[in-house]
Amino acid sequence: MRDVAVISFAQSAHVRSEEDRNEVEMLMPVVGDVLGKVDMTMADIGFTCSGSTDYLAGQAFSFVMTLDGVGPWPPIQESHVEMDGAWALYESWVKIQLGEIDTALVYCYSKSSPGDLPMVMTRQLDPYTAAPLWPDAISLAALQARALLDAGKITVEQMAEVAARSRRSAMDNPNAQLAWDRGVDELLKAPETIAPLRRHDCPPISDGVAAVVLAADGAARDRVERPAWIRGIDHRVESMHLGLRDLTDSVSTRLAGEKAGVAGGDLDVVELHAPFTHQELVLRSALGLDDHKNVNPSGGALAANPMMTAGLVRIGEVADRILAGEAGRGVAHATSGPCLQQNLVCVLEGNG
Amino acid sequence: MADLTLPAALRDVEAVRSVRTPARLDYRYTPGTATSRFLHAIEQKRIMGERCPVCRKVYVPPRGACPTDGVPTEEQVELPHTGTVTSFCVVNLQFYGQGMEIPYVSANILLDGSHLPIMHLIQEVQADKVRTGMRVEAVWVPDEEMGPTLESIKWFRPTGEPDVQVDIPGEDHGTGLGSWVGGSPPEDPRAAQTHGGDA
Repeated sequence: MRDVAVISFAQSAHVRSEEDRNEVEMLMPVVGDVLGKVDMTMADIGFTCSGSTDYLAGQAFSFVMTLDGVGPWPPIQESHVEMDGAWALYESWVKIQLGEIDTALVYCYSKSSPGDLPMVMTRQLDPYTAAPLWPDAISLAALQARALLDAGKITVEQMAEVAARSRRSAMDNPNAQLAWDRGVDELLKAPETIAPLRRHDCPPISDGVAAVVLAADGAARDRVERPAWIRGIDHRVESMHLGLRDLTDSVSTRLAGEKAGVAGGDLDVVELHAPFTHQELVLRSALGLDDHKNVNPSGGALAANPMMTAGLVRIGEVADRILAGEAGRGVAHATSGPCLQQNLVCVLEGNG
Repeated sequence: MADLTLPAALRDVEAVRSVRTPARLDYRYTPGTATSRFLHAIEQKRIMGERCPVCRKVYVPPRGACPTDGVPTEEQVELPHTGTVTSFCVVNLQFYGQGMEIPYVSANILLDGSHLPIMHLIQEVQADKVRTGMRVEAVWVPDEEMGPTLESIKWFRPTGEPDVQVDIPGEDHGTGLGSWVGGSPPEDPRAAQTHGGDA
């Protein structure tokens, strides 16, 4: 296996609605930023991979238009995943492992604001039996929360603690969309919106962009003093039929965490892609991190949840802390699909 | 397939061959700042392209980025309402939502001073008289129908000027579209025409 590292990460501020800019206009400053941080241009990039979905833009092949933002003419080696950018990073990591290239640019973006996101998300469900019912994303998450509460695995107080801690952490994150300082007691006084979820249990709807540069071996060491080496990365998927899954557990996360080697050492920082408060509790349990003290210092997806982007942001937030020398070893997690259907776990380390 | 014992009511019934699950999603589309500038200008009967600060090519309609250099195209360039047909097709089929009498001509038209052809209709000439290299000009809809849309240009019609030479991409090298001798692109902007190109 080649040593592959995240050597640069950049993201936009995440906002409820980008009124004026289109996707390529949102993307260009972030791509400029991620390359500029390591003094690179597109000429130094061997492979470009992006993550997004046409369902957000409401346009077929929307990613092809966004590609203009990286200057793909003359033609470049390029790929796209209709998934979170974390999976675009995975594809790039595989491509680098094959030995053909040493560097990759990974980017992803979300402009969720043009459509009705909870309804748009129904289109990822089984098209014959589930999608025709239009079950919105928040209702599906509420089913999962109810199952967890009824099983006695979590409490509404624990859920509110996740919300309070995440939004408080987000106050130190300049790119966060939702940040505040409120206590659990105050939060629990609010009515349930889609029971058992309260407003604080749900993520904001966000427009935003993120990008990462990956580099192998010497190409990484030459560019930065302390690359964030990917020591393990794995992703697993569960059935698309919610009824076939144990919604109170995340088997796929547990397995991905084992394969990625999460338990192989102490962790200074953990970033979990948990759009809903109860999902952080499920993920902590699956990864054996119930009592970890530094989960989602960025505020996580509860502070900003750009679709197709919030997963790569988790990897970037961990990598940034390693690149800056603030953390030695960390874990980042990304999720996709309803109720944590698919999960990716990435272990990053600073010592090369 | 495993043996399956169906209840009597489901035996010998016709298989389900199709399911109708209508879906509709509404979007509030944002063209972006560059395309918005273009559309607002169109409303005033002006055609505004945008120039790449690196390669100097002029894109119309602008999307906000130069696909060669990946940088914003922020310099506005007002273009004349004349151009050259770089390719065309004759539509002989009637289809739903067409709104045009057949046969009619759809063409790629390179506006003078720009480096990216726009697609539009050619009218006021017999379909079999349209040719690559033909000089054409925009015909606008009546003022009261003008809006922020390319449909504010009703169609293009011949100017009667002599034809100009059009270079088909790749033709110079005989290597076909998107191929270059030695793997590198020609020096000159590929779409730059002899007529009006100012890059």
